Amino acid sequence: MLDVKNLNFKIDGRQILSDFSFSVKPGELVVITGPNGSGKSTLAQLLMGIKTPDSGQIFLDGQDITKLNITERAKAGVALSFQQPVHFKGVKVKDLLGVALTGEDTVYAENLDNDAISDALLKVGLKPEEYLDREVNNSLSGGELKRIEVASVLVRKPKLLIFDEPEAGIDIWSFDNLVKIFQDIKAAKTTTLIISHQERLMKIADRIVVIENGKIKVDGSFAEVIK
Amino acid sequence: MMNLDEIEKNLIKEVSGVTGVPDGAYNFRLNGKSIGRKSSKNINVDSLTDKDGLKITIQPGTKNEAVHIPVIIDASGHKETVHNEFIIGEGAEVTIVAGCGIYNCGVDNSMHNGVHVFRVGKNARVRYIEKHYGMGPGAGKILNPTTELYLDEGAEAELEMEQIKGVDSANRKTIAELAAGAKIKINERLFTHGRQTVDSKIQVTLIGEDSTADIVSRAVARDKSAQNTALEITGQTKCRGHSECDAILMDDAIVKATPTLNAENLDAELVHEAAIGKIAGEQLTKLMTLGLTREQAEAQIINGFLK
Repeated sequence: MLDVKNLNFKIDGRQILSDFSFSVKPGELVVITGPNGSGKSTLAQLLMGIKTPDSGQIFLDGQDITKLNITERAKAGVALSFQQPVHFKGVKVKDLLGVALTGEDTVYAENLDNDAISDALLKVGLKPEEYLDREVNNSLSGGELKRIEVASVLVRKPKLLIFDEPEAGIDIWSFDNLVKIFQDIKAAKTTTLIISHQERLMKIADRIVVIENGKIKVDGSFAEVIK
Repeated sequence: MMNLDEIEKNLIKEVSGVTGVPDGAYNFRLNGKSIGRKSSKNINVDSLTDKDGLKITIQPGTKNEAVHIPVIIDASGHKETVHNEFIIGEGAEVTIVAGCGIYNCGVDNSMHNGVHVFRVGKNARVRYIEKHYGMGPGAGKILNPTTELYLDEGAEAELEMEQIKGVDSANRKTIAELAAGAKIKINERLFTHGRQTVDSKIQVTLIGEDSTADIVSRAVARDKSAQNTALEITGQTKCRGHSECDAILMDDAIVKATPTLNAENLDAELVHEAAIGKIAGEQLTKLMTLGLTREQAEAQIINGFLK
């Protein structure tokens, strides 16, 4: 489903990813972990097209998407949940999730599928009636923004879901909810990559990939990685 | 609707949302003349006798009624100064929809100076919606609105003032004085492009105890346009005031924001926030990861910001 071949990426002369190759099968849930600065978030951004590799290739369902820009990758079925949610002054939750749902400018849209948007909010534990008309800015708490960020990728129903540290900024009660979301995603056989340090998420995963210094150190089951 | 051509109908729709004859009281003005007027049981619309303009009287206790008074100009070179007075009776609740649209296809500037004076009675509530819009390939579309509000005890006013687009030059002035327990909320939205200029000054004086003011000005300036916004709150007693000035800057545009807080009493609580900046890169990136192109993402952010 996802094939990454010999990716190289460096910033300011420092090699972040080095000849990096790995694959994800359809329906697999893979957790990518490793120390800070090991290249995990960079990998997520390379997959989404936010960063461009120095060399190497990325294939999605056999299609070479390496040269596609962010928008084209989104339309090809890649979705990324950001580690740090973005603030939008003036953009309401329903507008942001409407964009995610339709891939179109929604500020003046009148025919949004409000049921799908509400359903995505309910999945992340937010009551639609309390949040749809709120602005996606610092009037919301960090945890609320993070949940809306997660909802923005869930509503898209993409081929490949990527979460960059979904647990960051989320309280312990919300984390239980997040675990349930990933269990549901796994049950639905949506191909998913989660960048995380959380053991509970690793236990859900089909595979865990440990990155260190831009290379894969271990690739295996939870038991194999712990060993 | 009255005998209007398509351009005129479009201008009225843009500035007031009206596509036919509205319910309730109204006055439609075209090129300096009233082309349709109606009073209702509780809202009287009369001409002023000493100036060009209207005296609109809303009876005390009037509930959930509206009055529409859009102005349109499509005669190139037409210039006018209009004075409208609004007397809003005690306990009344009313929505006033104003706004001005100019179409200019000629070589002379067209200009509308609108002076609106509101006297809002005790415990009355008024919602005032004003949109300004310019179109046409001709010379200047100039709109200079002055809005004065005098709020009696317990009165409330909510102002939604928007300069949509196409206005080449605007000098906007809004003044409000509040008695005890009165509240005012002002939302201003300004969009400039090309080489347009706008000066906007909002001055609110909190005179009575426990009066409150909340002013939010949001602006988008693109191309080589220039905006100058000055928000001023004066607290003369125990009161609360908040002003916020946010602007998105694009291309070679210039935005100047000047906040002023005058606290003349120990119990005056006044706050100001201001932020001017370009569209953040991560905002564009996030929307692009949801499937928008860069241009669509930019439009989404601007439309949301100004909505």
